[in-house]
Amino acid sequence: MRIECPICGSRDRREFYYRGDAIALARPAPDAGDDVWDAYLHLRDNPAGETRDLWQHEGGCGAWLVVTRDTVTHAVHAVELASDVKRAMA
Amino acid sequence: MRFSGLRVLREGLTGNRGWTAQWRDPEPQAEYDAVIIGGGGHGLSTAYYLAKNHGMTNIAVLEKGYLGGGNVGRNTTIVRGNYFLPGNSEFYSHSLKLWEGLSEELNYNVMFSQRGVITLFHSDAQRDASARRGNAMINQGDDAELLDRAGLRKLLPYLDYDNGRFPIYGGLLHRRGGTARHDAVAWGYARGADQRGVDLIQQCEVTGIDIENGKVRGVQTTRGAIRAKKVAIVTAGRSGQVAAMAGMRLPIESHVLQAFVSEGLKPVIDHVVSFGMGHFYISQSDKGGLVFGGDLDFYASYAQRGNLPMMEHVMEAGMTLMPMIGKARVLRSWGGIMDMTPDGSPIIDKTETEGLFVDCGWCYGGFKAVPASGFALAHLMATGQHHETAAGFRLDRFRSGEGLMDEEATGSQHNLH
Repeated sequence: MRIECPICGSRDRREFYYRGDAIALARPAPDAGDDVWDAYLHLRDNPAGETRDLWQHEGGCGAWLVVTRDTVTHAVHAVELASDVKRAMA
Repeated sequence: MRFSGLRVLREGLTGNRGWTAQWRDPEPQAEYDAVIIGGGGHGLSTAYYLAKNHGMTNIAVLEKGYLGGGNVGRNTTIVRGNYFLPGNSEFYSHSLKLWEGLSEELNYNVMFSQRGVITLFHSDAQRDASARRGNAMINQGDDAELLDRAGLRKLLPYLDYDNGRFPIYGGLLHRRGGTARHDAVAWGYARGADQRGVDLIQQCEVTGIDIENGKVRGVQTTRGAIRAKKVAIVTAGRSGQVAAMAGMRLPIESHVLQAFVSEGLKPVIDHVVSFGMGHFYISQSDKGGLVFGGDLDFYASYAQRGNLPMMEHVMEAGMTLMPMIGKARVLRSWGGIMDMTPDGSPIIDKTETEGLFVDCGWCYGGFKAVPASGFALAHLMATGQHHETAAGFRLDRFRSGEGLMDEEATGSQHNLH
């Protein structure tokens, strides 16, 4: 499995650390309540198919990335800088 | 049909013409008292104990493929009761006791081999932690022995004791742990459930869960609608998809875990050896193959196959621990889909929908739990009360933060357990 880092180019999966679902970018307000925090920390759509998750290019430039990929085929469809995604969310 | 040595002898002398199918292949009925989604180890043992312990025989197990075709047929067959935390330890202790009587109970040879599970330690601090875990196991009523280096060397002379990075200081021996014949467990429970009248329906995929006014009414399947007042989701790595049919999101992320087996060799590894620092464990099957594995590939996956980096890592760890295996050739490798929870412990609970139950979140430890999981879920479905050995496996513990059972204290990230 290779991941196309927007900064470094196509690199081996071993250079990347997997953090989990990209829901991690949507951190709730501290006082959002138990249910919202439970959903953020624990509950997952866990799709068999296309998913978006958060990786870090720890063995390269260190950038945090949002990777759109397929959990059934392991195909990587798109890689964006998490900072860009976060800006677009705001 | 009852199996016995005499029967095997007689059939052997008469051309094996007397064996019959071990379970029926029934058509689904329009309604059951309870339906279990998933014909794996946990689903089949649930059906067995519902029928045997609670007299519920008008039930069905719905399996989209074939019985025992998922993780119960894809694991590395290790059985142990060496958990530390309250909530887990009584459950796995109960499961180990059920394993010890399982072949007789089911009249089916599950080849449970109590060859001992040895967990290695590599520093003074790890020795202390192993002693503490061993004491917890003894307090639970199970067995544990702390072996020093000399004691361990008698059992495992082939390890690299003076490894530069992880010198071996000793090991925690759990004699009652071991391995079992994984398929036989599924088949034995299937046969036992079928004999008690349970319908085991294969090639029957659930496509929807019918809910009215907060109560479950039944399921939609590829073989028609089936009504039931009680429905249990027992679908391991696919739990998320099935739960979504009931409008639920589960605290589960599915990950691929690889395993490997070598060509058949003469007996050389007599125990289950666990090398935590290398994320490596190994045993030898009765057929002679070295059965070994490591950690998750670490990214969410439903592929039932892993990638090469983790394969390389596992091989390196094996070579670090026991260089003697270097000339063995790997025969095959495969992957299973693990239902990882945020604390590494499972879920056996009711849901917000009345009559709907979940049994999931077994991470990569589900095989050893097959007997006690079915026992506890059957108890919950039949009586509405949590069984005392599984009372901690609540779905809401993540939201409340109360009663989390995080054996490795790695926090709420699903893949770190």
